[in-house]
Amino acid sequence: MANWIEACGAEDVPNEDVTRFDHAGKTYAIYRSPDDKYYATDGLCTHEKIHLADGLVMDNIIECPKHNGRFDYTTGAAKGAPVCVNLKTYAVKVESGKVFIDLT
Amino acid sequence: MTVMSPTDRYGERDYGLLGHEAEAAVKAGLKSAEWYHTDVPRKDMKELMKRSDGPAMRDTVIWLGSMLVFASLAIWLWPSWWAVLPLLAYGVLYGSASDSRWHECGHGTAFKTAWMNDWVYHIASFMMMRNPTRWRWSHTRHHTDTVIVGLDPEIAVMRPPVLIKVLLAYIGVLDAWDAMKMMVINAFGKITDEEKTFIPEMELHKVILAARVWMVIYALTLAATLYFQSWLPLLLVGLPRLYGAWHHVLTGLMQHGALADNVLDHRMNSRTVYINPISRFIYWNMNYHVEHHMFPMIPYHALPRLHEMIKHDLPAPTTSIWACYKEMIPVWARQMGGEDVFLVRELPPTAKPYRPELHGQSEAVAAA
Repeated sequence: MANWIEACGAEDVPNEDVTRFDHAGKTYAIYRSPDDKYYATDGLCTHEKIHLADGLVMDNIIECPKHNGRFDYTTGAAKGAPVCVNLKTYAVKVESGKVFIDLT
Repeated sequence: MTVMSPTDRYGERDYGLLGHEAEAAVKAGLKSAEWYHTDVPRKDMKELMKRSDGPAMRDTVIWLGSMLVFASLAIWLWPSWWAVLPLLAYGVLYGSASDSRWHECGHGTAFKTAWMNDWVYHIASFMMMRNPTRWRWSHTRHHTDTVIVGLDPEIAVMRPPVLIKVLLAYIGVLDAWDAMKMMVINAFGKITDEEKTFIPEMELHKVILAARVWMVIYALTLAATLYFQSWLPLLLVGLPRLYGAWHHVLTGLMQHGALADNVLDHRMNSRTVYINPISRFIYWNMNYHVEHHMFPMIPYHALPRLHEMIKHDLPAPTTSIWACYKEMIPVWARQMGGEDVFLVRELPPTAKPYRPELHGQSEAVAAA
């Protein structure tokens, strides 16, 4: 069963950018793609546990601010050294101007 | 600027990645720790992080185009002594400018287009005799644990400095020797225990593949040298890493030279130096080294803008290469004499103060 949690307002995430969302001791990254779709992943880089919300969003890529490791935030796929382990992704929905992520 | 003597550390320094200093650094909380960052608004940071292909394409055309021109001149003038002049210029572009291209493309920040970063990274890695996979991971570690003894595999001048090693670095002899040794070891399918500390297992096959490809290239170069009975092939492939290394060592030693180790604030262990435009082209703006370490995702061409934005929170930049060596050499000399000293640069009144509680040597920094 889905466990939808309100993460932020839709306008809190600028276009082609990312914002941080902390919940129940965990941290998540909420993305807004250039074509105005929303995505969510774990908030820390799988390489060295750096907050991805401080990184750079380019198209469907999030680049870690510490070692420049890249993930496809739409799938969580690691795109090469120094990141080797994929990111966990979460389902997202936008309702009444708010972004919800499914933490089941 | 102050020269500080730390109180007793963990005894003799052991820079090996498998040594007792590595364990001590972990115990002191210095491994993969949180580092100090100057506050930069997200909007500005996004602007600075923006990638583009234009500046790096322009610089790469100038870089490789100039190499082609100087190599052609050298071939044309050979065997006259006049060939030395274009070779000297070619050597710097090969054995020094490649260092900064290797560095920036390794970070993936030089170009916006990923394959362009990868291509230039591999070309520059070859010229610098740095196995592209091994060195990608060693540099990753350098950014995680910058100048942390026992964890950072890229500490250029260890304490106490060994003068002959520093001098030989300017002609690349030791680097090239180590690189050739490692190339042969890796080409035979072997990975050292130290390499295993920072290269993930799934990447090891790439280390071996690159070593084998390089061995073939060097074998062909040697064959050409013998076939044509001329040193020219070796002077164009391989040897420029020696006779052209001086500029990357000249600038590279300024990055962390004579500054603190085992601290978690890049303002204390890295240095920004104002240098001439030709050196900045060769070095691709890595003279803004505090800025680069604090924010490694900023492309080289945006570092001057970042510098202007955060300089209120950094020690005043050293004003020239000459001024930098003037401050480093006396400290190295004292270290060679057995003193465990380092430089601490004063922060401007607008800066957030150093936070000794963040550092493994907290007492030393506070007490000095």
